[in-house]
Amino acid sequence: MNIPSELKYTPSHEWIRVEADGSITIGITQHAQELLGDMVYVEAPAVGRSLNAGEECAVVESVKAAADVYAPVSGTVTAINSALDSSPEAINSAPYDAWIFKMQPADANAVNALLDAAAYQAVVDSEAH
Amino acid sequence: MLIFERSHPSRRNAAQAPHAMADVKSIPAALLRQDAPLLPEASEMDVVRHYTNLSQKNFSIDTHFYPLGSCTMKYNPRACNTLAMLPNFLARHPLAPAHTGQGVLACLYDLQEILKEVTGMAGVSLMPMAGAQGEFAGIAMIQAYHASRGDTARTEIIVPDAAHGTNPATAVMCGYKVREIPTNADGDVDLDALRAAVGPQTAGLMLTNPSTLGVFETHIEDIKHIIHNAGGLLYYDGANLNAILGKVKPGDMGFDVIHSNLHKTFATPHGGGGPGAGAVGVAARLLPFLPLPVVAKSPSSVALPSPTGRGVGGEGAGTESTAEYRYLTEADLPLSIGHLSAFTGNIGVLLRAYIYAKMLGADGMHRVAEFATLNANYLMAELQKVGYRIAFPQRRASHEFIVSCKPLKDATGISAMDVAKRLLDKGYHPPTTYFPMLVPECLLIEPTETESKETLDAFVAAMKEIWDEAHATPDLVKGAPYTMPVRRLDDVKAARELDLTWKVAQA
Amino acid sequence: MLASIGVAEIDALFDEIPAHLKSGSLTALGAGLNEMQVARLMRDCAAQDTPLLNFIGAGAYEHHIPAAVWELTTRGEFYSAYTPYQAEASQGTLQVLYEYQTMMASLTGMDVSNASLYDGASGLAEAMLMAVRAHKTSRRILVPATVSPFYRSTAHSIVKLQDIELVEIPYDRTTGTVDMAALAQHAGSDFAALVIPQPNFFGALEDVDALTNWAHANGGLAIALVNPLSLALLKSAGTWGDCPHPTPLPGGEGTNEPLRGAKTFGADIAVGDGQPLGAPLSSGGPYFGFMCCKQALVRQMPGRIIGRTVDLDGKQGFTLTLQAREQHIRRAKATSNICSNQGLMVTAATIFMSLLGQDGLRRVAAASHQNAQRLAELASGIAGVSVAFNAPTFHETVLQLPKPAAEVLANMANTGILGGYDLSADYPELGNALLVCATETKTEEDLQQFVAALQAAIA
Repeated sequence: MNIPSELKYTPSHEWIRVEADGSITIGITQHAQELLGDMVYVEAPAVGRSLNAGEECAVVESVKAAADVYAPVSGTVTAINSALDSSPEAINSAPYDAWIFKMQPADANAVNALLDAAAYQAVVDSEAH
Repeated sequence: MLIFERSHPSRRNAAQAPHAMADVKSIPAALLRQDAPLLPEASEMDVVRHYTNLSQKNFSIDTHFYPLGSCTMKYNPRACNTLAMLPNFLARHPLAPAHTGQGVLACLYDLQEILKEVTGMAGVSLMPMAGAQGEFAGIAMIQAYHASRGDTARTEIIVPDAAHGTNPATAVMCGYKVREIPTNADGDVDLDALRAAVGPQTAGLMLTNPSTLGVFETHIEDIKHIIHNAGGLLYYDGANLNAILGKVKPGDMGFDVIHSNLHKTFATPHGGGGPGAGAVGVAARLLPFLPLPVVAKSPSSVALPSPTGRGVGGEGAGTESTAEYRYLTEADLPLSIGHLSAFTGNIGVLLRAYIYAKMLGADGMHRVAEFATLNANYLMAELQKVGYRIAFPQRRASHEFIVSCKPLKDATGISAMDVAKRLLDKGYHPPTTYFPMLVPECLLIEPTETESKETLDAFVAAMKEIWDEAHATPDLVKGAPYTMPVRRLDDVKAARELDLTWKVAQA
Repeated sequence: MLASIGVAEIDALFDEIPAHLKSGSLTALGAGLNEMQVARLMRDCAAQDTPLLNFIGAGAYEHHIPAAVWELTTRGEFYSAYTPYQAEASQGTLQVLYEYQTMMASLTGMDVSNASLYDGASGLAEAMLMAVRAHKTSRRILVPATVSPFYRSTAHSIVKLQDIELVEIPYDRTTGTVDMAALAQHAGSDFAALVIPQPNFFGALEDVDALTNWAHANGGLAIALVNPLSLALLKSAGTWGDCPHPTPLPGGEGTNEPLRGAKTFGADIAVGDGQPLGAPLSSGGPYFGFMCCKQALVRQMPGRIIGRTVDLDGKQGFTLTLQAREQHIRRAKATSNICSNQGLMVTAATIFMSLLGQDGLRRVAAASHQNAQRLAELASGIAGVSVAFNAPTFHETVLQLPKPAAEVLANMANTGILGGYDLSADYPELGNALLVCATETKTEEDLQQFVAALQAAIA
């Protein structure tokens, strides 16, 4: 299972990358895309939308399933990956490159409370049982 | 080939339209259509041949054994169709006065009475047009009941995780939050989880019994007490009513409101996706909230004010007073949840169910559940002998049961989907696959009471062949089907590159 | 069989059911009837319901249905198949539905169609829910009083539980169409959509371009409520108006970009009852609801949708698609709870439209229009009878009578004529008003008979 150590995670299978400017980039993990299967559509949040931590803000849809993506922390949406409109399958082939949206966190420290790679691995392991 | 590709410019059926093109100049040009719609230009014979050929690309009950779990694909007697389509039934306008429809109204009234009897409920409305709309009506009545008592704190509907997707979707359409509760290892509702879930926020519980796992909920009376003690109401999803028809009445189990899928239990055809009918039945305390209209017989126990509401005359002018049967309206049931269709629901479907019920009679009703259950348990036992893993071997099957292909997949790589597709090559419609989601690699198998032992034995033989193929030549199974009009379809392409309408440019 | 299961008798199979819950006999049911007996019963019932010469429309319309329509539709292969979940074994039904979607999208001028809803009224409710989901900020829908009262009442029953408010827009007493001045008072107010009926319940033709433009200019969606048969003649909903939607329609969760390939004008959702396309009147059903929309809204649409794709060998085939919207996958977050729809009625409609073709459908629509015009002309020749509104009409019109409509109708019924629909309960302000319809099925003699009966009833 590919769980890059430099990223942060949520129990709901989002990955979070903290950028140099303090913004964060969000996608779904390799484990999540495997559960969902072939991705056919991604619904991203509106740029400028203000989100609370844990709020549903995007949907990833495969042929047989659809899953909500949750805001990992509170903040404002600053960008969305429009390349996913035409090639949602990028989430299957390169889940850690195929980001869904970027946010400016309201509180920069909030990210620290998210799971690290080891803790996320434990979440995945526990789901297998 | 599509019907559009059989089109020939300006070919038309002179026999199927007025001879002259009438004058439309009283309609302002700005409101008229400029382009011609994309409709076929074909002769009657072209059309008949095209759709006859298309029909032959379907599996159906009339052509194949169709053990589709949860769908009750029993044989639909031909008389039901022929007699429901008598010309006078077809010609009657929904707003025609009641005195011109005493025949059809008598049938509907009698059907209400039959459904009351077999479900043990105090009142029935036939109006919901499918099971899901019946669910909507039922939950809306629960909402109206609580609201009528000023009990507005009840914001949650409890749904077991094994439920049909329509249950949680319905609760949300009715403005409720859904609280899901787990199922225990025996396939019953987890009572501890249920006790923990109920409270003053509980509006009700939606339960399918026998459940989608194909077992009778043995703790039904405990469940009833837990819900009722919390002030909630108990909703019966009648999707599996066929399993207990004539054996147990939902009303006797303590349910407050039910729906019955007449297109399952009462043999009305499914027509490739409907129309269905989702009649609802209620306990006495929910009678005032029934959806409209309800057929009443005069003199009726329901107070009948002077007739008002829909109709086209005759009412109050002499003719109506002689009418024995009529529809109740808002004036009769002011607390009703209202209308769910423009007129009166799927009358043609209701007539088919009525004819079927009359043909069954009391003895026939008992036989339905008995033979459906016998067939399911026999098939379960025989498939277990072949080697298939039964999901709940310690339980009786109701009218359906679950096979898990997980051990088969672990051993051979052959999934439930592969088994399903290979069955097509053997001439059988597959069981329901991947539902309920609680059981991995599942096949939900419902033979129904109308199949003979020979058919069941032949099906078992086909499943045995697939079992052997899975072990000897798994690639053969993975590539199935080979004998159908198409092989496995690319669902991913279908969803990514949406092609939902044919366009001329593609010609 | 019992031996294989390991039980001695069938009753043992029910041993998990608490004994005291088991029911006894079904006393009220009586013995089963054989086919001969049940045929006698049903023929006797049907014989009581001799149809009268019908001039009622009001949302259900009498049209000629070619014999081949129901001959083909009731073939066992269509009639007794299930929802086409197993695509390889359902290519017949699936291709019919794909052809149906194509025909409906073209008739309405929209990009896409679903594979049916229950009926027009519940379909309108679904369109309202869809508009609220798409609009995201408002839960108010503007609904003209010219929308069928049956539809308004049904939609209210369904959407009220989600706290959606229906705001009634009055009609102009001269034209019988939406009062534009009254509508203008809602400019700038918060609303998700405006419902635009064409033709409206009075049979009158609304200024659909102005209404669509108004909805879009004020930030709402336009829901077209249309009679599909009329669209053989009338401007399709997808071409109504010319005002681009001010805020790009939500293609997804608030995507702030113009939508790929989306039309910027025209109604956003078209919905209605498909009954005129091959469904018999049948005392009210089964009919079917249709729903078409712009491409950008397709993921908000309820109901089954069929897509064309290819199989492993690259051969064309059809399958259910976009199922992640539906209850069996999305459960509590589905676009609707709808599961079974009206598949067989849609099969009939597809065959009906194929048999009539574009020319035939147009002729039927035009003949219906002409007969209704003629009926209005003849009726208004009777002293005391007049046409209530001056807007152009399709195939229905409102007559103003000198006596209560109920009384007139009762008298007409005694001479074998269903003279129309009495509007006094739904529109008391109109006084003695009668909604009458004449389709292509009526001959000049029929119309004369109506007029004679009306004259006698008034005298």
